[in-house]
Amino acid sequence: MREPQNGRFGDYGGRFVPESLIPACAAVESAFREAWGDPEFRSELKRLLAVYAGRPTALTPALRLSAELGVTVLLKREDLAHTGSHKINNVLGQALLAKRMGKTRLLAETGAGQHGVATATAAALLGLDATVFMGEVDIERQALNVFRMRMLGAEVVPVTGGTRTLKDATSEAMRQWVTCVDHAHYCLGSVMGPHPYPWMVREFQRVIGDEAREQCAGTPDYVVACVGGGSNAAGTFAGFADTGATLVGVEAEGGAAIAFGRAGVLHGFRSYLLQDEFGQVSEAHSIAPGLDYPGIGPEHAHLNDIGRARYTVVSDDEVVPAVHRLARTEGILCALESAHAIAWVIRAAGTGELPAGSTVLVTVSGRGDKDMATLMGAA
Amino acid sequence: MTLSVGDNVNVEEHLRRRRDEGRPLLVPYLTGGISADWTRYLTEYARAGADAIEIGLPFSDPILDGPVIQEASDRALRRGVTVRDLLAEVAAVDVGVPLIAMTYYNLVAQSPDFCRGLAAAGITGLIVPDLPVDEAAPLVAAAEAAGVALTLLAAPSTPADRLAEIARVSRGFVYTVSVMGTTGTEFAESGGRIAASVRALTDRPVLLAFGISTTGHAVTAAGHADGVVIGAALMRRILDGGTPEQLGDVLASFRRALDDSVMTREQGSRVPADRS
Repeated sequence: MREPQNGRFGDYGGRFVPESLIPACAAVESAFREAWGDPEFRSELKRLLAVYAGRPTALTPALRLSAELGVTVLLKREDLAHTGSHKINNVLGQALLAKRMGKTRLLAETGAGQHGVATATAAALLGLDATVFMGEVDIERQALNVFRMRMLGAEVVPVTGGTRTLKDATSEAMRQWVTCVDHAHYCLGSVMGPHPYPWMVREFQRVIGDEAREQCAGTPDYVVACVGGGSNAAGTFAGFADTGATLVGVEAEGGAAIAFGRAGVLHGFRSYLLQDEFGQVSEAHSIAPGLDYPGIGPEHAHLNDIGRARYTVVSDDEVVPAVHRLARTEGILCALESAHAIAWVIRAAGTGELPAGSTVLVTVSGRGDKDMATLMGAA
Repeated sequence: MTLSVGDNVNVEEHLRRRRDEGRPLLVPYLTGGISADWTRYLTEYARAGADAIEIGLPFSDPILDGPVIQEASDRALRRGVTVRDLLAEVAAVDVGVPLIAMTYYNLVAQSPDFCRGLAAAGITGLIVPDLPVDEAAPLVAAAEAAGVALTLLAAPSTPADRLAEIARVSRGFVYTVSVMGTTGTEFAESGGRIAASVRALTDRPVLLAFGISTTGHAVTAAGHADGVVIGAALMRRILDGGTPEQLGDVLASFRRALDDSVMTREQGSRVPADRS
């Protein structure tokens, strides 16, 4: 997984934004390129990831689940990172970059609130202002995270347009960025958006895959992660792209852009997109709010097309039992998003898709505390 | 009656001619499909003195539009309108001034024949706000082949070298955004600076857009550019129940204010209100 050429991964990616945002995107690109080549920036980020975010996160052999399934399951524990998910990796990188660019404020979109909480956290740590855009529907569904963000000093702005969910929160964050590009950085939460975001966010997340590769004794046969926009998967895959490991991305059935979408342009990039026959973007529906997005990062679209990664779909019905099974066999309450990856392993183990005796690395992208109300409702 | 491409009005020739007559250009916007009788607004706009009309083809995720045009797009989409239906309705009316489609790239990219479809409906201009000049090459070619003027946007943040490229590639006119914001943002006279920069680079018409909600704004803006685009201010009235006739009256007041401003300027300076 290399740097995109002219902002593109094969036919995907690009910078489809209004003219007013072009200079801002170009400024983020050059600032990131320069910072990423600067050992001082890298070491400051590494230091924060260690002393603040709790990296490296553990690699946990899931012994009892492995015995039940007949495959060796290794869990990369992003649920143990500060704020409870991998989102902090990207946000600390972008917040440091924002400071380096002389910005005083972070803008972010959030669906479930995990990226919003991570952004509010990094802003508090580094003395930046944070404004988080969140759909009205999600604000109601995720009251706990809204409260967390406000406690951390962030302003949470309800988005009332369109479907009032993540898709519209992202549109609104981009609209508002236009009005304050001089002092604000748009801290996008996944491997999507206009160039350089898909590349930059993947680089900030590759710490997941790089660590896991060092922690695994030998290359696993399979490397599995859930995919919404696809940042935890992109970060995980980045550590194994040059190995013989089979890379598997697991989409939510109601947000499966690769399985059920076709190429389109939304939020600044070209990729697979859920849309109707006329090109109007469809609303995604998943029990896991973090996978509730109609698109997918452009690099995933490319990895799919060239056959380097496989993308598969898991339904809501498979997800809840997977949460329970991991909890009872390993004592780990994972997020509903992460449970998609676990559910695929459970389904595929012992079949041709994941033969008995294989070693499979699964990224647990986050912890499940945020999902307790949903799980209580499903019980 | 469906016009053939050969009969279509060339946006740039038309706007240049009117500008060169000393007329400040007035281009109102309408969200296509906003009501069952939406094409009547086109007729009234033309009657009230529009020099061209921008028709928004509604998209689910209008990234450059503020709350008013978002609401208008949502309302039109809830009516179940499709690009195909809207084009068929446009083809059935003869408004007498050039029609310019404004929509987002995902709708345009649905079909390699998108521009031909516009031309077949008598629409001879296209504005795609999420398609910057760097990404525009494929559409530039398709638009040209179909006889559709692809108009590019310039923004206050656009650096000089990009501005030159935009002025070179844009057809019809250059759509200059007055403020760093979305449609319907408050008008800023600073937009005049960007319009002046664009006019120094090209003799294509330069229109100033975004936030022009009063006749005073329009007169100020037209002092810096060849004319104005008025969108959210009209759509707000339509969302609030304004009829085609009422909107025609509103637009006529903009027309009068712009024309009066030329006379005032001529009398004041005793030089023709041309571009010199």
